[in-house]
Amino acid sequence: MSGPVRDLTVDSVTGIDVSLPVAGPGARAYAFLVDWHIRLIVALAWFVVGALLYNGRPSLAPPLSNDARWFGTVVAPALAIYFLYHCVLELAMRGSTPGKRMAGVRLVARDGGSPSAGALLTRNVFRLVDSLPLCYGVGLISVVLTRDHLRIGDMAAGTLLVFERAEARLPGSAAAAPGAGHLDAAGAEIVAELLERWSTLTPEARQRLARQVLERYGGGESAASGGDPDAAWRAELERLTSSR
Amino acid sequence: MDGAARQRALTASLLQRAGLWREADARTRRLSSGRSDDAADATHLADDYRLLAHDLARARTLLPDSRTREYLEAAYARAHATLHRGAWHIGSELLTLFRDEIPAVVRSLRPYIIWSTTIFALAALAGYALVHRYPELIALFASPDLIATVERGKLWTEGLLNIVPSSVLSVQILSRNISVSLFAYCAGFLFGLGTLYILGLNGLMLGAVFAFVSRHGLGGPLASFIVAHGCVELSVLCLSGAAGAAVGEALVRPTHAGRIESFRIAALRSGKLLIACVALLVGCGLIEGYVSPNPGVALWARLGVGVGYWLFMLALLSGRLFGRRAARLR
Repeated sequence: MSGPVRDLTVDSVTGIDVSLPVAGPGARAYAFLVDWHIRLIVALAWFVVGALLYNGRPSLAPPLSNDARWFGTVVAPALAIYFLYHCVLELAMRGSTPGKRMAGVRLVARDGGSPSAGALLTRNVFRLVDSLPLCYGVGLISVVLTRDHLRIGDMAAGTLLVFERAEARLPGSAAAAPGAGHLDAAGAEIVAELLERWSTLTPEARQRLARQVLERYGGGESAASGGDPDAAWRAELERLTSSR
Repeated sequence: MDGAARQRALTASLLQRAGLWREADARTRRLSSGRSDDAADATHLADDYRLLAHDLARARTLLPDSRTREYLEAAYARAHATLHRGAWHIGSELLTLFRDEIPAVVRSLRPYIIWSTTIFALAALAGYALVHRYPELIALFASPDLIATVERGKLWTEGLLNIVPSSVLSVQILSRNISVSLFAYCAGFLFGLGTLYILGLNGLMLGAVFAFVSRHGLGGPLASFIVAHGCVELSVLCLSGAAGAAVGEALVRPTHAGRIESFRIAALRSGKLLIACVALLVGCGLIEGYVSPNPGVALWARLGVGVGYWLFMLALLSGRLFGRRAARLR
């Protein structure tokens, strides 16, 4: 069954394993819905623009008889956009799509590298099974029930979806090295993060957080008695990180 | 120096390397996004990878629950993916696929191809015998419109081009055939039963329709319609069925550590054949749209197209079309 986020651990020649957090059903569904909307909108846009140009007037009506030009320039490209979207984009973007990028996930092979073209094609062929009976029912059940949240196509292709971790950032320069006083590395990170987010927090919230940090790591007496409490709390935090 | 002070000193020395991590990560991002083709960046990547691995190992010990460790995990994973990403030369990959890999898959699938062809042929014979003996059973296999047309002494293919243009007909046919072929392969996931069902049903339908039209004296015209595209189309169905059967057998009788691993290996290996099948079906669709329904094309020409395309298929599947034999001689 689906559980907490687990990591795919990949051996490396350096002896230090690579840890990739496996994406669950939520991230997969989010990526799929974004992609579905994109391909639907682009396919519809093609159809509408193509039909307007074909008819030469504001009408989307198809011709009364089967016409090769209507089919070849309006219907077939729209269908191709809708049905080949995943296959073409995953090949072109080496296992990613706009939806996957927005959801912060990407496809990887079992060794943590990019999947091969054959693996990506196989994964997409098995959409025929995953999409049964409707709304990706088989795929969804498989994703929920398997340990690595794999749909049938992923099992066949040896791929899995992992989080990109693009949002991971180094704490600000203030936390680059711990202070010589009471502040350890973890404390320096907390203070740096609080200072980074200072302007986005309400004055009450940031003062409360600053008080809690300073109570733990020492200081804050002058802030409590100062004129402008907001500026005083910030100054106390900056003093804490700069004391070496 | 006591333990806490030692740990503090180690942490400080580790965090002083943040600038190096940022530079390494920026280089990796440039390379992975294709924004850099600088040789210096590429040669730096191996050093960056080692640097990040070394510092990540220290961060896992010294700062296990910190943003610093998370940052290093992400940067290291990105460097790993970039370093292990193979070169992407689509032309040479396709040439290797068609010249070496697909012929190897065909050879390894030979027993499955024989079996799937036998099952398809037996099903077609059964369908023929069934409808020949009990004509009313055609209602199980064909639509009422088709039955009514044949009972009027006409084939449903007559005048087809007056209703649908060749190009539209081709695309409709090739997309339908491709989806049937891909389904025959994917359905192997049901322990091979899905593939067996698709092969059997298609064989039964073919035999049944032939028996029905033969009873109305239209067997010759139908064979004449089919001959140009049918040789390859039916062969491709058997090939897809063979690929699906291999996937099914990998699940029934796993040859590797587990069923999933066996399934993955069989699906990836036999799936390559599907690329050739799809390419061949595009040709079949064009023939079925432009040649088969055209009454102006003589029977000998249809035969020539059918046999010629079938020989082309053999050359494609054996790799000879892409110089496999020449490569061996060299």
